[in-house]
Amino acid sequence: MSPTDGAAHAAPQAAASQGRPVLSVRNLAKAFGSNVVLRDIDLDVRRGNVVALIGPSGSGKTTVLRSLNGLETPDAGTVTVAGPGTELALDFSAKVSKKEISDLRDRSAMVFQHYNLFPHMTVLQNVIEGPVQVQKRKRAEAVAEAEKLLARVGLADKRDAYPFELSGGQQQRVGIVRALALKPQLLLFDEPTSALDPELVGDVLGVIQELADEGWTMVIVTHELAFARQVADEVIFMDGGVVVERGPAAEVLRAPRQERTRQFVRRLLHEF
Amino acid sequence: MPLNWDLIWSSFGPIVTGAVTGTIPLTLASFAIGLALALLVALMRLSRNAVVSGLARFYVSVIRGTPLLVQLFVIFYGLPSLGVKLDPWPSAIIAFSLNIGGYAAEVIRAAILSVPKGQWEAGHTIGMSRAQSLRRIILPQAARVSVPPLSNTFISLVKDTSLASLILVTELFRNAQQIAAFSQEFMVLYLEAALVYWIICLALSSGQSVLERRLDRYVAH
Repeated sequence: MSPTDGAAHAAPQAAASQGRPVLSVRNLAKAFGSNVVLRDIDLDVRRGNVVALIGPSGSGKTTVLRSLNGLETPDAGTVTVAGPGTELALDFSAKVSKKEISDLRDRSAMVFQHYNLFPHMTVLQNVIEGPVQVQKRKRAEAVAEAEKLLARVGLADKRDAYPFELSGGQQQRVGIVRALALKPQLLLFDEPTSALDPELVGDVLGVIQELADEGWTMVIVTHELAFARQVADEVIFMDGGVVVERGPAAEVLRAPRQERTRQFVRRLLHEF
Repeated sequence: MPLNWDLIWSSFGPIVTGAVTGTIPLTLASFAIGLALALLVALMRLSRNAVVSGLARFYVSVIRGTPLLVQLFVIFYGLPSLGVKLDPWPSAIIAFSLNIGGYAAEVIRAAILSVPKGQWEAGHTIGMSRAQSLRRIILPQAARVSVPPLSNTFISLVKDTSLASLILVTELFRNAQQIAAFSQEFMVLYLEAALVYWIICLALSSGQSVLERRLDRYVAH
């Protein structure tokens, strides 16, 4: 569905550094009052790997993801992200500065469940907003790159359309392109297909699969277990704010060791 | 009642002149300053700092809770007793700007709050600061929502500037009053004044429609 134009916009991570962790999370914790949302979350994502976070709603998986993009501030724990320059290490047990949060955001980019495209901007403007306004790259360069990326996801002809003129699947592909254009170390997906009509899900998952094949490092919160099995190197099952089970996708999803995981997987695979 | 056509025609001159040199510049200057003030006050009200938002809340409450005419008189007739003597024009512009600042602040605050939270988050995820998200992402969307209520405020202001005649500003209504007093043709002169206000407001309403259409181009219909 999407024409691939070679290595024009390959993932920034070099093959040489394959295998080093891009992201390390230790003992992440968060509570709203007495309501514990996250407890002792550890997470390692190696370069070029894909980690899928699964679990029932309210399990805390989205909070983990949002913490990685500075959209939530955990109460405790550390997040370390490799960088093009120095490694960035945030310790949430101490006070985290605005600058640190902003640095954290610079290294990752989020794709939202409800796309959150800017409705007052065209598709192209949505994509180049970050590169031009924030990263201060040359406009012509940003436009050329945006056009390549849009062509890759099959949306070259939608360049000048406004988001309301697009289907959900098209909007989400623009959301993905907007994230890619930032050239982040880490791509974060928050239930990227949950708001889509069933027949549009395939297009978006196809794009994510391609990104995985290209070597992008990704963390994906998803309910699409079949997709997780196919795309993820590691699957983490969360429930009640803790990690219940983790391991290679095939193991966790085909032969879960924990009863809670078994129940969840069975319900999602068979009842729906 | 025989109509005094000579007077009708000859009085249009001073009334329209009053509109062009008084009412319209007074409205434009006060609205521009008032809007800038309103944005500031709206942002203060949205601040997490209780003192800052409390200050803004107090200001809005005073402005909305007291008559515009009283505000005008306090500034023009009241301040001199504190040693602050202002001419009619500056007094009027200050009073009207402060008034617009209070009313429009609530409109702008509501418009900012009407933009979904996800838009702030999308701004942050592409690396924008709060100020940048506000300027590039939130305010353009809030502008669309706030055009109809702000147009109301603007049109009200055009008519409210007639109060400036009471602090000796030479504008549309004051000119009409003076000719009326001199000629004793009250009905004719005040209807003329009303007609000119109405024409100005009609022009503004059509301007509002154009602006709304322009800002609606990115919204599904």
